[in-house]
Amino acid sequence: MASAREEILNRIRSAKVPAAPQVVRGYNTKGTGGVELLAETVADYRAIVHVVSDVPEALKRLEGKRIVAPAGVPDEWLIDGVTWLREPLSIEELDRSDGVLTGCAVAIADTGTIVLDGGEAQGRRALTLLPDYHLCVVRADQIAASVPEALHRLEPTRPLTFISGPSATSDIELNRVEGVHGPRTLEVLIVT
Amino acid sequence: MARNPVTWLGSPTFPKAAKTALADTQLRQNLRKATGTIRGRRAAAVAEMTDWEQLRVAGEQIKDDVLARLDTLLVQLEESVTARGGTVHWARDAEEANRIVLDLCRAEDAQEVVKVKSMATAEIGLNEALEAGGVHAIETDLAELIVQLGDDRPSHILVPAIHRNRSEIREIFQRRMGVEVSDEPADLAEAARSYLRQKFLTTKVAISGANFAVADTGSIVVLESEGNGRMCLTLPDTLITVMGIEKLVPSWQDLEVFLQLLPRSSTAERMNPYTSVWTGVTPGDGPQRFHLVLIDNGRTATLKDSVGRQALRCIRCSACLNVCPVYERTGGQSYGSVYPGPIGAILTPQLVGDLHDPLAASLPYASSLCGACFEVCPVRIDIPSVLTHLRAEVVAAKGRTPESIAMAAAAWMFASASRYEKAQKAGSLARFLAKDGKITSLPWPGSKWTSSRDVPAPPKESFRAWWRKNRG
Repeated sequence: MASAREEILNRIRSAKVPAAPQVVRGYNTKGTGGVELLAETVADYRAIVHVVSDVPEALKRLEGKRIVAPAGVPDEWLIDGVTWLREPLSIEELDRSDGVLTGCAVAIADTGTIVLDGGEAQGRRALTLLPDYHLCVVRADQIAASVPEALHRLEPTRPLTFISGPSATSDIELNRVEGVHGPRTLEVLIVT
Repeated sequence: MARNPVTWLGSPTFPKAAKTALADTQLRQNLRKATGTIRGRRAAAVAEMTDWEQLRVAGEQIKDDVLARLDTLLVQLEESVTARGGTVHWARDAEEANRIVLDLCRAEDAQEVVKVKSMATAEIGLNEALEAGGVHAIETDLAELIVQLGDDRPSHILVPAIHRNRSEIREIFQRRMGVEVSDEPADLAEAARSYLRQKFLTTKVAISGANFAVADTGSIVVLESEGNGRMCLTLPDTLITVMGIEKLVPSWQDLEVFLQLLPRSSTAERMNPYTSVWTGVTPGDGPQRFHLVLIDNGRTATLKDSVGRQALRCIRCSACLNVCPVYERTGGQSYGSVYPGPIGAILTPQLVGDLHDPLAASLPYASSLCGACFEVCPVRIDIPSVLTHLRAEVVAAKGRTPESIAMAAAAWMFASASRYEKAQKAGSLARFLAKDGKITSLPWPGSKWTSSRDVPAPPKESFRAWWRKNRG
């Protein structure tokens, strides 16, 4: 008896689907938005947004809190007055923290999305999932105007998380409500 | 061959189920409110895009290309996933898929697994199969949880509990979670958060579906809102993803089309809150064992039909449900399948693959052919054309029936003006049989018509007779 794999592949071949024409990509691949549009679109999803030039000063909002800081966070972000939690951290330690501070890989102005890829200042995925508060620092040069531009900058084989606003659901009467399993507060600092 | 669990065992045909649903005023009110809300929001989200039509055309073409090269692309996906440390399994039907997943759970010694909402696993009846094998699957999507705790069935692709309003959800949560909660959506969301938190932190095996799989990189993509998906895809040691073989895109670049089409079409957002992308296994981050189960379950049979195969372009956004006048009135459960609404009416019968099945054969008629579904479909599935095509197949499968004889008689009657007028005169006698201006049951062979439709009573005088008298 043929394996399931062989049988499925044979069934597909016997369907003899004709070749499809070349895909026409007539849609826009470039956008024009930057800092201003990103600030608007992120705020539309009820995330808190600040456009700042001095990151350490802006981070004073974290004083008195126990905040997770992934590997690669710049030293100047690790201001006094905050209890910084560094890896290795257990699931329970992450769950009991007050929040997490990260950078990002890319942000998308058109959609108000930040993308994490596990690289510098972002850490593994659990770090930005279990704490109830996420503060994300976006540099102006990390902003892509459109979705196509953002995907072009990303490395698909890294673990990627696209974040657009705080955790939400539309499952009750199809209205969006913020705050389910992911961080219930998302704050974004856009650095110019 | 075992029956395909894509339809629910013992479900009545669509017209019978619809009759019951139409009498449920609470259901109709809930649906009207929810679909009305999402229709308006979707239209606004789409209107922001100046290139929406170009995106739709590209989406259609990419998916057609996938169907044309499906064998090559699946083999490529298998190679990419395997190269990154994942294991790929193939399943011809639901039974085979369920057995593979159950065996994987047993190998991990798991009595409990957490699940991300997935149409593929609902289609194959995975939860029931796991339960029978001693593994309890916990649904973690809010709407799925509402359905699971309410011992209910899903009624919508995106929001399976769309037929429930806030006060009904409150009642289910209080009864099954044993907590006091208000009917404010934010409080209900909070109740779900506390109920599932420990499960997320301690469960070792998760099961998910996939929105897209990228053939050339092996990357799997899941779009969600609540973060329950991220929990399941990140915290457990083992991840099992069940995916229909048509969910592929050839390359990473193709996602730029679908990541724009899907969120705006489904939840009417510029982007859904969370999208996760993973490729095989990443050391030190997320599950260290990854299994991908590719299921056929009627898809290759659908692929053979040159008109019907476009249903396999579907990206499960549910926009067609939200605009459908039939769906809005009958609700999703009347379709007797996890795939309700216009897309269900063309996908379910094809996956079942047996037009002698009374429920499957009734589904292509669950439409007024108004065409709203085609207009909103982000991958341009011409649902009305597939519906009429399948209707013809249903008729052909039946052979000569009272309905086909009645249709032939009608053709003979319409072909001549005098025969037509005689028939109209006879018809106006039927007024005496009508209640409230409607005829609900005609004698055989007319009963074949009225068993699923009411006939408006004919007027006292035909238009032709009136015209001759007044203008002739």
